[in-house]
Amino acid sequence: MGMALLEVDNIHLYYSTSKGIVKAVDGVSFELEEGETLALVGESGCGKSTIAKALIRLWERNVSSVTGEIRFEGRDVLHISDEEFRMQYRWKKIAWVPQASMNSLNPVLTIGEQMIEPLVIHHDVDKDKALMQAMDMLEAVGLPRDIVRRYPHQLSGGMKQRVAIAMALILMPKLVILDEPTSALDVITQANIMNLLKRLRREFKLTYIFITHDLALASELADSVAVMYAGKLVEWGSSDDIYVSPKHPYTVGLMGSVPTLRGEKKLTFMPGEVPSLINPPTGCRFYPRCPYFASRGELKGLCDRDEPPYIDVEHKGARRHLVSCWLYK
Amino acid sequence: MYASSIADSPWLSPNHLVIGHRLKMWYSVQAGLFSKTRYVRAVDDVSISIGKGETVAMIGESGSGKSSLGRTLLRLYKLNGGSLMFDGKDITKAKESELAWFRRRAQMIFQDPFSAINPFHNIKFILEEPLIIHGVGGGAAEREEMVIRTLNEIKMNPPEDYLYKYPHMLSGGQRQRVAIGRAIILRPDFIVADEPVSMLDASVRVEILTLLKEVQQKMNIAFLYITHDISTAKYFSDRIAILYAGKLAEVGPYRDVVKDPAHPYTQALIEAIPDPDPSNRFHDKKVVGGEPPSLINPPRGCRFHPRCPFAMDICRREEPPMVEVKNGIYAACWLHIKK
Repeated sequence: MGMALLEVDNIHLYYSTSKGIVKAVDGVSFELEEGETLALVGESGCGKSTIAKALIRLWERNVSSVTGEIRFEGRDVLHISDEEFRMQYRWKKIAWVPQASMNSLNPVLTIGEQMIEPLVIHHDVDKDKALMQAMDMLEAVGLPRDIVRRYPHQLSGGMKQRVAIAMALILMPKLVILDEPTSALDVITQANIMNLLKRLRREFKLTYIFITHDLALASELADSVAVMYAGKLVEWGSSDDIYVSPKHPYTVGLMGSVPTLRGEKKLTFMPGEVPSLINPPTGCRFYPRCPYFASRGELKGLCDRDEPPYIDVEHKGARRHLVSCWLYK
Repeated sequence: MYASSIADSPWLSPNHLVIGHRLKMWYSVQAGLFSKTRYVRAVDDVSISIGKGETVAMIGESGSGKSSLGRTLLRLYKLNGGSLMFDGKDITKAKESELAWFRRRAQMIFQDPFSAINPFHNIKFILEEPLIIHGVGGGAAEREEMVIRTLNEIKMNPPEDYLYKYPHMLSGGQRQRVAIGRAIILRPDFIVADEPVSMLDASVRVEILTLLKEVQQKMNIAFLYITHDISTAKYFSDRIAILYAGKLAEVGPYRDVVKDPAHPYTQALIEAIPDPDPSNRFHDKKVVGGEPPSLINPPRGCRFHPRCPFAMDICRREEPPMVEVKNGIYAACWLHIKK
């Protein structure tokens, strides 16, 4: 493998709320090669969208602290000035398709007007030329060129999602963060968008971070998978390892709850609830729901006390397979 | 008598608990004050029946009319055509005041557990309210007993811990349990569940589906499970019905339909859904393009023809009738009609 395009090194992001500090992301590290797609998966509230916000440096005002390092092409981009990040990285190198982005289009501007804004600001191109580029990009995402003159309400959900993708790509970024890019769409439209994302990845040599709660959908794009639980990364490895032999009891549980249409499989679920991120459990955050902790006496006093380290397990895929669980020590 | 009038739709059974025959439910829309009223044909000549203790999954994309159909079967809307039978009685035109017995025996579970239960009431009252409305269970003590029994049934143990809690103190999955409890406390024969798990996380989704199945089998309830997700239906349905643009496209036993779908739309739906498999990333899906049509001005002929890879001349001109393709599988597609 070559040099990593993106290295996320032990980042923490805490929100301050009236009830206390919410440790939304609590020490997460992973990396990404150029051209690789990483699926960041987990249930709602696990911190996966918060990581996206940290990467694009757009977080809410009640964020009390962001620490750690995010290196893009070897350079730390978390601690450079806002101005420098805005001019050099956001949209230009790191783009973002936010959750429910099809509803984030401005209803009083035409598609063209909102698409060319970054071109005019970042590249200082004149309006007509920018409009041509916008039309080229719309064509690339499978929309007719004359969409530039339409308003968002004239488009269907799937078309708006394509526009949001075109907007993210217009400055030719290297890394695109896709946050649940198909969540409100119908299944057939969703499949079409997944095909589009595959094609764009080939055409523009893109690197994706694909954030989703849907493991089946993640397998449509992912070269590697990082599984999050309650603000922590619990497992990370190649898709070929994570889907075939998941190791962390949480990943195993999550896989067990994914319905399959073709094969025969009995669905299982994990009893209990996701813990509070204000007062997370000590040790492994999954131990209160873990079937191994419940059944094996020797784990008492370990999992509920000490945080498990990342352990290298045997892997077949291109990446190391890391799992944060005492079972493998 | 009734059996002969539904003979034109052989996938209906005269012995079923709920029989909707050639149902039509149109919404009226008026664009401007003086413009002509137009209709959104949300349910347009759909026939479906559900047997006692049977589960039918109603699959469709948003705007296909699946929710409207579910509510029509509960007589929450006035029909624009067709007839509705429940337990042998015609309730097509019954007045609301004559439907109290039906309201008690037919219940609904909604998609959003955050807005389906009243945030100002505690769990005890939320569960008790249907009993009060229908005058079931005599005194307060007896009602409390029934509430506790229901909390046990929806696996909220110990019940005493939940009686005086408010919805905001519960997780999404627990709230959906309460919504289920409210639906089953009257011991209904028929429940319409409209996307009951689509807002929940994967593991909670399985938990709720497991609970629904358990309740359904224990109490022998007829279920209409409305969903866009054909893969969860696998774990909770005997038969499935596919709805497209207000019309029934295909109906049949779940396993047979999914194994060998007859209608090109059903084929497209199945093709679109991925199973978790790391090799998916190496190939594109073969999916149809386009979007579902407007229900104000649906296309002539088969409503799927503009997106259908097999569209023929006749599909653009004439609406296909439902025909039996194989044992118990009916589809509305010209490919299966021998002329």
